[in-house]
Amino acid sequence: MALFALKRLGSMILVLFAVSVLTFLIFNVLPSGDPAVRMAGKQPTETQIEAIRVEWGFDQPIYVQYEKTMQNMFSGDMISYFNQLNVVEEIWKGVPRTFALAIGAAIIWMAFAIALGVWSAMRAGGVSDGMLNVFALIGISMPVFWLGALMNQYLGFELTQILGFELFPNGGYVEFSVSPFEWFHHLLLPWFALSVLFIGFYSRVLRANILETMDEDYVRTARAKGLSERRVMLSHVLRNSMISVVTLWGLDFAVVVGGGAILTETVFNLQGVGQYAADAIGQLDQPPIMAVTMFGAFFVVFFNALIDIVYAALDPRIRLQDGDTAL
Amino acid sequence: MTDALAKLDSPALDEPLMEVQSLNKHFPLPGGSLFGKNKGAVRAVDGVSFALRKGETLGLVGESGCGKSTLARSLLQLLRPSSGSVKFRGVELTELSSKKLRPLRRDMQMIFQDPYTSLNPRKRVGHIIGEPLRIHGLAEGAELERRVREKLDQVGLSGDYYGRYPHEFSGGQRQRIGIARALAPEPSLIVADEPVSALDVSIQGQIVNLMADLQRDLDLTYLFVAHDLGVVRQVSDRIAVMYVGKIVEIGPAESVYTNPIHPYTASLLAAVPIPDPRANEARERNPLEGDVPSPSDPPPGCRFHTRCPFADEICEQEEPPLVDYGNGHFAACHHPLGRTPRGTG
Amino acid sequence: MSEPLLSVRDLEVSFRTEGGLLQAVDGVSFDLKRGETLSIVGESGCGKSVTAMTLMGLTGGPNARFSGSVKLDGQELLGADDEVMRSIRGDRMSMVFQNPMTSLNPVHRIGNQIVEQIRAHRDVSKKEAMARAVELLDAVGVPDAAQRARSYPHEFSGGMRQRAMIAMALSLEPEILIADEPTTALDVTIQAQILELLKQLNRDFGLTVILITHDLGVVADIADRVAVMYAGRLVETGTLDEIFYDPRHPYSWGLLGSVPRIEGERLARLAQIDGQPPALIDPPPGCRFRERCPHAFGKCGEEPELLSRGETPGHLDRCWLDISERPALRQLPSGLIGLAKPS
Repeated sequence: MALFALKRLGSMILVLFAVSVLTFLIFNVLPSGDPAVRMAGKQPTETQIEAIRVEWGFDQPIYVQYEKTMQNMFSGDMISYFNQLNVVEEIWKGVPRTFALAIGAAIIWMAFAIALGVWSAMRAGGVSDGMLNVFALIGISMPVFWLGALMNQYLGFELTQILGFELFPNGGYVEFSVSPFEWFHHLLLPWFALSVLFIGFYSRVLRANILETMDEDYVRTARAKGLSERRVMLSHVLRNSMISVVTLWGLDFAVVVGGGAILTETVFNLQGVGQYAADAIGQLDQPPIMAVTMFGAFFVVFFNALIDIVYAALDPRIRLQDGDTAL
Repeated sequence: MTDALAKLDSPALDEPLMEVQSLNKHFPLPGGSLFGKNKGAVRAVDGVSFALRKGETLGLVGESGCGKSTLARSLLQLLRPSSGSVKFRGVELTELSSKKLRPLRRDMQMIFQDPYTSLNPRKRVGHIIGEPLRIHGLAEGAELERRVREKLDQVGLSGDYYGRYPHEFSGGQRQRIGIARALAPEPSLIVADEPVSALDVSIQGQIVNLMADLQRDLDLTYLFVAHDLGVVRQVSDRIAVMYVGKIVEIGPAESVYTNPIHPYTASLLAAVPIPDPRANEARERNPLEGDVPSPSDPPPGCRFHTRCPFADEICEQEEPPLVDYGNGHFAACHHPLGRTPRGTG
Repeated sequence: MSEPLLSVRDLEVSFRTEGGLLQAVDGVSFDLKRGETLSIVGESGCGKSVTAMTLMGLTGGPNARFSGSVKLDGQELLGADDEVMRSIRGDRMSMVFQNPMTSLNPVHRIGNQIVEQIRAHRDVSKKEAMARAVELLDAVGVPDAAQRARSYPHEFSGGMRQRAMIAMALSLEPEILIADEPTTALDVTIQAQILELLKQLNRDFGLTVILITHDLGVVADIADRVAVMYAGRLVETGTLDEIFYDPRHPYSWGLLGSVPRIEGERLARLAQIDGQPPALIDPPPGCRFRERCPHAFGKCGEEPELLSRGETPGHLDRCWLDISERPALRQLPSGLIGLAKPS
């Protein structure tokens, strides 16, 4: 097992390294303009620009620049070309907001998806199943920026006008330490806006898995044993149907936690990592883009490894194979 | 039957159609991913030698996982052997590139087990049967259709089925289509991998009889792979018994069934319940204990020693070679049942 | 003669399908006595598995229709309450299925799967149930039972899984064990082990068994009585000897004749049955076998009853042929029984 973990760690580092090199290279071939010119301010002289070039190391060969960038990133000294703020500190400011969004939304979408998926599968072919199917499709096809904007406008703004009090706040974020209630209150709309797509998608995947599992021989065996329908469903159908959904869940969660919910964060002005990334991309600001990409890649790689472990816990057949490779 | 035995008595009469020497097919076990190396191999076929005579049916029997299907596929180079030699009409197949193999493939066709999955559901029957003719450039247009209809007729199906799809047919009819496809390029060797085991008993009889008729009419050579000992006896002139990647006994069908030499063959036969209650009652069964060992970790010495009632020390240490017991009957055993090897006794 | 343990009368099971009403089981009646092994034999689609599943109350779905009667010790099961059926399943009647590779849940330990069944019917602690599970695994010949109870199904070989399935089925000492093709997916040496186990359970504990199979060798090995099914109907029932040595129905002759033998003279040709079974949606009237029967005549357009036509009252068949002519009709030139074309 130790060797297995070590191998896994090795390949994680390798993937992260590859991601960093690729991002760096892509950025260098993009026509983003000379950063030294941008940093020199209005009407700079050639000498000023040259001085900045030397100071920031833009005159060095590309691999030296890469090395320097990575060094800065890991030492926490990375500075934005655009506003000269410390990139790592800026990201850390966004992390609690992004985590709050991701964790809450992941719980909501999974809970709803399980409930709707099971409900739908139990009534497969019926009217309610068909209606849920339509809702799921609508949920999947609604763009989050549009849905978020609608929610903001009608639930956040106009509803407040009508009611005279804020049932749902109109965007923004309140620190948990300031007011736990307001924290929760402000996250409600973003959570649901982000979850709608996943609920639609997951509930359909789960429904299909459940229907497939119900046809398995071991489910017939479970009935033949005289188990109650509830027990058959929970212990034999649902558990086996969840395996692939859990994998999806881990990957999607990793993307959101790594700053992938750019649209949701921006629409609701949460000032999380995703919104920070969006701003940096808008300004073609290399250091924060590098840092956010690595931040996101880390979570994706990390959760990938975590999923493997959870997968093995859910499906003992996997465990054996991993054991084999580990020894 | 008697013809087949006569042929066996004068083996010089015919050159073997196919000669197999020390054939191995090992599948590497999945090792570690990035830095790992191989963790050994599944020795699915492990040092198999035999010859296939022109016009005979060799039945290949054994339990699941004994390597019989892998052997069949390795002979046709559908799986490339790990080492060893397969000569077909004197040509060494294992050294040929896929391109050079192609013209030879026309002459060696295969019939598969599952008539439900081995036919492309999107293609019409005429297209399926005509495909090998097109691939090998043997016929096209009206000539192709004529030959496909002729094959349909040969396997007892109406020519009207030409434009239908496989799902419109029952299992038995589909297997007939599979046979017609194999016959289309007019091969001399047909390898049939469990061709009747997915079929019902009454349909099994139809297919077995059909294959016998085709062999007689078209002078075919069959390698018939199956686990059903009754079916194999019905179709075969000679029988080869496989156990964990090796041929443990090979010989004329009647000799193998009535006087098996290897204890494994004897146990296999004794394990088959026969459809005659009184005779069944009277037979000695003594079922074998335990399970077949894994081909990734075969026991040392004789691979059967872990389950063999006669096993002793030598069986655990030395692997017995295939020994000639006369009349073309060979077995690999340190304690042959009621025999002494030719020349040593 | 005591009351039969299980009594099935005029059982009909049909399914609504897109193509029409599919009559899977059509008027099946039989009695099962305590301690006997009844084998229901037939080919795929003949209705033998549907019959077995219906006895267990496992033929479900909105498209299934039932009629007739299934009585266990006098208690009507057909149409019984779900909760009643649930309490009988796995307790008084239990079932072993064809494919042991897929019939156990891959994500639960073998022991726990047995424990689950015990605790579904008895109020015992997990520990007690596990002790019982280990005892059962040991009894059906799983070595190191205490250890192996902690294994997952994929760590068992096919034969061992089927033993585990049997242990599970026996965990509450059922009155009837229904085994649906229990050895079909197994190798012949493993099949012999499992058949031996079933025989031993029947001999030592008086286990009553319904064995569903297509393999006449297995029937000959294990059954006391035999019921032959064809296209949803019983075409012949009788004792083991009656069916094998004095078969009355041409379909039974055909079945017996088409089994290739490993002993005795090798046949020049197998006695095949031509054609294939009729569709079960709108089957033609009359005897279902007549399309494939070389001895069919005008009368076969009418449906024959399942009756005793000879001197043995328990030996029933569904055929119009004159009883005295049948021994000559079923005799093959080889001396064996089979379905020969009249010369």
